[in-house]
Amino acid sequence: MTSTRREFLRDTLVGGGSALAAGLLPAIASGRDNLPRIPTARGLLYDSTLCIGCKACMAACKQANDLPPEHTLAEPYWDTPLDLSGKTKTVIKMYRDGTAAVKDREVDGFAFIKASCMHCVDPSCVSVCPVSAMRKDPGSGIVTNNPDVCIGCRYCVAACPFKVPRFEYDTPFPRIKKCELCEHRMAKGHYAACAAVCPTGATLYGQVEDLLREAKRRLSLSPGEETRFPRGELGGADHDVRAHTARYVPQIYGESEMGGTQMIFLAGVPFAKLGYRPLPTRSYASVSETLQHSLYEGMVMPIAALAGLSFLAYRSRVNHTLLDEEDQPEPAGEQP
Amino acid sequence: MTPFSSPRVLRPSGEHSPVGGRLLTPVTAVLGLLGLVSLFILAVRLVYGLGAVTNINDGYTWGTWIVLDVMVGTAFACGGYAMTVLVYINNNWEYHPLVRPALLTSVFGYTLGGVAIFVDVGRYWNGWAVFHPAYAQPNSVMWEVALCITLYVGVMWLEFTPAILEKAGKIIWLRRTRKIMFILLAFAVLLPSMHQSGLGMVLVAFGDHIHPLWQTNYLPLLFLLTAIAMGFAVVVFESYLTSHGFRRPMETPLLANMSQVMVTLLVIFLCVRLGDVAARHQFHRALELNLQAFCFWCEVILFLAPLLMLMKPANRNRPRLLFYAALCLLQGGALYRLDAYLIGYEQVPGWHYFPSVPEILATLGLVSLEVLGFIVLSKVLPVLPAPHGVAHVNGR
Ligand code: SF4
Ligand code: SF4
Ligand code: SF4
Repeated sequence: MTSTRREFLRDTLVGGGSALAAGLLPAIASGRDNLPRIPTARGLLYDSTLCIGCKACMAACKQANDLPPEHTLAEPYWDTPLDLSGKTKTVIKMYRDGTAAVKDREVDGFAFIKASCMHCVDPSCVSVCPVSAMRKDPGSGIVTNNPDVCIGCRYCVAACPFKVPRFEYDTPFPRIKKCELCEHRMAKGHYAACAAVCPTGATLYGQVEDLLREAKRRLSLSPGEETRFPRGELGGADHDVRAHTARYVPQIYGESEMGGTQMIFLAGVPFAKLGYRPLPTRSYASVSETLQHSLYEGMVMPIAALAGLSFLAYRSRVNHTLLDEEDQPEPAGEQP
Repeated sequence: MTPFSSPRVLRPSGEHSPVGGRLLTPVTAVLGLLGLVSLFILAVRLVYGLGAVTNINDGYTWGTWIVLDVMVGTAFACGGYAMTVLVYINNNWEYHPLVRPALLTSVFGYTLGGVAIFVDVGRYWNGWAVFHPAYAQPNSVMWEVALCITLYVGVMWLEFTPAILEKAGKIIWLRRTRKIMFILLAFAVLLPSMHQSGLGMVLVAFGDHIHPLWQTNYLPLLFLLTAIAMGFAVVVFESYLTSHGFRRPMETPLLANMSQVMVTLLVIFLCVRLGDVAARHQFHRALELNLQAFCFWCEVILFLAPLLMLMKPANRNRPRLLFYAALCLLQGGALYRLDAYLIGYEQVPGWHYFPSVPEILATLGLVSLEVLGFIVLSKVLPVLPAPHGVAHVNGR
């Protein structure tokens, strides 16, 4: 070997350097921000303090979406899903502590919480889907899944910060199932089935801007104060419900979590206890896309790398094509 | 030597020769049998759905078929990538005898990854959408990875054509392919650089679903580094095994030189890996008493061990030590990827995952088919370094 070890290492580092540099760049690249809220977006306000746990929403959701019952008890008579699944798009869960004596109290109390798609303002599921099967409607902001192109890779299942999209594991022709805010009912002039049947207005449908305003209004009331709670569709024809204001946790979950969601929550028990953990305001989709774009924006880096690599490969090939074709001894430069 | 090829063609590439010998041996028979079992399991999956043979669920929707076959499997298949960088890009032509066997393993490794993706993806019949401009979604790392891997498998088969042409004695075509080979080689480096880093980037979108010991914006770099390091390690690993399995001399001096590159890569990897955890102030998570912290330290040890073994240049000439070092590195890299995707995948309580027996058998069977393919092709085609070729190169 004529090449000393130092030269060898240098060569190797330079050769691999272009590829490695590509990996280092994210640290210095600037990024895309969270996507902004769509002004005309629709969503749900779920007020845990109004929810009586009747699960009418769950039944209505099954009916509206043509979903089969799910049996988890010994007697298979009732629909008893424990979580979202390929058969269940919304579920009401219960929090209980100690004696569970008082509603909406963290200690020795209980509370209800709804699970269904949050219709994120900057959804991870849309960002990660390789085939645009997950799509966010530019007008309503509703996030839907298009089975005609979905490849069933389940990247959305794994990436959703709220673990919403579910998959059918027991059929050869599975589909991704998630709440699509009853988009199919809107064409017929209806709105979300779960909100439509909710007797107390705990699940309320409406424009997200209005829902946020309504949530802030509730937070501004003092506990015990009597007020009117709209039911069904906010600003719609449904009658209001008069009730006393509960003691709220001073937070609208979904106002800023993950860059905001179109389903927002109010509750009397800290959200972390209800299964909704604290999340950063920067959406994961924007973090990931920033990294992706800094490497591939305009394909500049890959094309530059390709040109460089082609040159190096050509230079190195030329020497050895001579060797190959002319029956020459090895070029002097290569002779160790 | 094959009956078809003229000495004039073989002379330049005489550094490779077919092993020859019977194709049906006890080893190949067992491998074939395991392969059949896996094909049966995959058939069951296609008829009854993923749940019929795997334990994946909505909590752990990516099981071992994705994590082992694709994430780890393609890293094991990075020998072709690493050698292409070293020989053709970096102009270290003396390693040329090692390229073809590396490439052949890579072709099979990636093809296996492709098969695994196909059977794991729930709605494979919509696969065309990935390549349809109206549906392609470039923001998705998965899209980029899918595209790059598909192209790369094609590129590798093309990169491998000289071995086939040589065997068939097609001199003119051999020369023609050589003229344009440099473009192919550039792609053969760019594509794996893109998708191997991409496999790390896939996880960035998972946010806090990934344990802080693994979740970082440096995932792409760390995955790329493990890919290249594992690529070199697999070349050592495979040289050792084939020289024993086929009773051919081992290219120890070449491998010894090459292991310097592994040392460099290991140093860089460990600096980035540990530096990143420290810079994000997450080191305390490594001091907890749980599976994640334990696995983290296993990784560190598996990366440190080969570094210590190969640090002393004299050690690099000891085939067995080289082999063990490569083995550690491969395990370290495999564990790193397994941890990032499965062990470090933090879940809301209530979800559990451990692969089912058919799930493991399917992976085992696919790997068997891969090894079988390697054995058969290296017996038939000029793939492995010819014994005299080695003597020629070493005799300088
Ligand atoms: S909650 Fe999950 S599924 Fe729903 S929009 Fe957000 S990321 Fe998508
Ligand atoms: S499973 Fe379907 S919707 Fe989800 S990311 Fe994959 S292709 Fe997109
Ligand atoms: S909006 Fe429709 S699909 Fe979504 S939870 Fe309510 S009823 Fe179910």
